[in-house]
Amino acid sequence: MAKSAAQGALARLITDGEAEILADWLRTFATGETRISEQEAKAQGKDLLHALGKAVADGNVADIGSPDYDEVRDLLTGFSRSRALQGFSPSETATFVFSLKQPLFERIRSTADVKTAADQLWAMSSLLDQLGMFTVEAFQKTRDELIMRQREEIEELSTPVVKLWEGIVALPLIGTLDSGRTQVVMQNLLETIVQTGAEIAILDITGVPTVDTLVAQHLLKTVSAARLMGADCIISGIRPQIAQTIVQLGVQLNVVSKATLADALALALKRTGRTVEKVNKSGRSDGALAAEMRG
Amino acid sequence: MATTTETLAIVSGDDVVRVRQKVRVRATEAGLSLVDQTKLITAASELARNTLDYGKGGHADIMTVNDTARRGVRIVFRDQGPGIPDVALALTDGFTSGNGLGHGLGGARRLVDDFDIQTAVGQGTTVTIARWRK
Ligand SMILES: Nc1ncnc2c1ncn2[C@@H]1O[C@H](COP(=O)(O)OP(=O)(O)OP(=O)(O)O)[C@@H](O)[C@H]1O
Ligand SMILES: [Mg+2]
Repeated sequence: MAKSAAQGALARLITDGEAEILADWLRTFATGETRISEQEAKAQGKDLLHALGKAVADGNVADIGSPDYDEVRDLLTGFSRSRALQGFSPSETATFVFSLKQPLFERIRSTADVKTAADQLWAMSSLLDQLGMFTVEAFQKTRDELIMRQREEIEELSTPVVKLWEGIVALPLIGTLDSGRTQVVMQNLLETIVQTGAEIAILDITGVPTVDTLVAQHLLKTVSAARLMGADCIISGIRPQIAQTIVQLGVQLNVVSKATLADALALALKRTGRTVEKVNKSGRSDGALAAEMRG
Repeated sequence: MATTTETLAIVSGDDVVRVRQKVRVRATEAGLSLVDQTKLITAASELARNTLDYGKGGHADIMTVNDTARRGVRIVFRDQGPGIPDVALALTDGFTSGNGLGHGLGGARRLVDDFDIQTAVGQGTTVTIARWRK
């Protein structure tokens, strides 16, 4: 839009008084803040004020979406991003922007006549409101991204496939088996089966709080996919209350199940031609000892 | 004591998880046994997901019932979706109009003490369940 004289005056007010405004501004919120250093706040404030002076001179104060405000928006985005990561709340972050009102308004009051001052106050106030809202939105976006990323990390973390023995892998399932996670779980398991050439996969559901039809369906799909890759599945950790519930749901899992992971491992070892025996004091297994005595 | 009702919106998969968590808290408070808790939570999970998947979203009213006669948890799932044209068929194990196992509705009915379903095509569905302390 066309640059008006009023706008020019407003811009000059910021540019000419930059050092002073900055000092006043920082004073309003510096007290007792420990999460960021004074220098950091000062640098952020200085950059922002400088960019703001330029934007007000060139652009429309009623439209912070215009290209003239690109730099201001970029600075605010970076600023709210770092505040979000440093653990500031949205209102604390927005307060940084809003607290610029006080020093700016003081300058307006002390330099302009009453009529001009009223116009300038109005323009500046709505400009800072827009910038404050923009900051809150940018902050929220960063936080959402952060939460999403943590969630993805947790999904990855909580689905480790462990190799228990030659040819035997186990998947300890923990938490809610919603569709997103199950996808990851299944993928991990199948990849590990291929990599290790496992014959038996144990799905341990001790850590799954609820087995409803959706979870059952996910389990069934996992079992048949594993079968296609050449591995048989054993489900372990079905607690009694879960077992009763599955029966009443009328879902047939059609897969061998064992009460505990240990029982499942014993079965898996047996199926792959191994047994577990107690070792006597001499360090030899009873079986070996018996064979020795017979021999 | 009368009843205290808590209403949860069901519009996403996370809300289904939230319904389960709230029902777990209520069922524990009402003194349901571990088996009864698990059955009620599982039934609630089924119905919440049906509300989401087929009812196009809705609400769950979770209430603790504590009168002289009995103590337990009642939950009402309501949506304003397409409704169920044939309830008997929907309750039949193995019937699904989506790609589920088709055991949710019938299973939920078997898992609770009280089960009521009100539905009409074009007017939505309301399913009420309750499990009482034995
Ligand atoms: N709230 C609802 N609104 C409309 N239709 C429903 C609603 N709830 C259930 N239905 C219908 O009833 C059918 C059977 O429901 P049910 O929960 O038994 O099976 P499913 O959801 O298809 O599969 P599952 O629950 O086993 O994963 C559904 O496929 C759907 O057509
Ligand atoms: Mg269902």
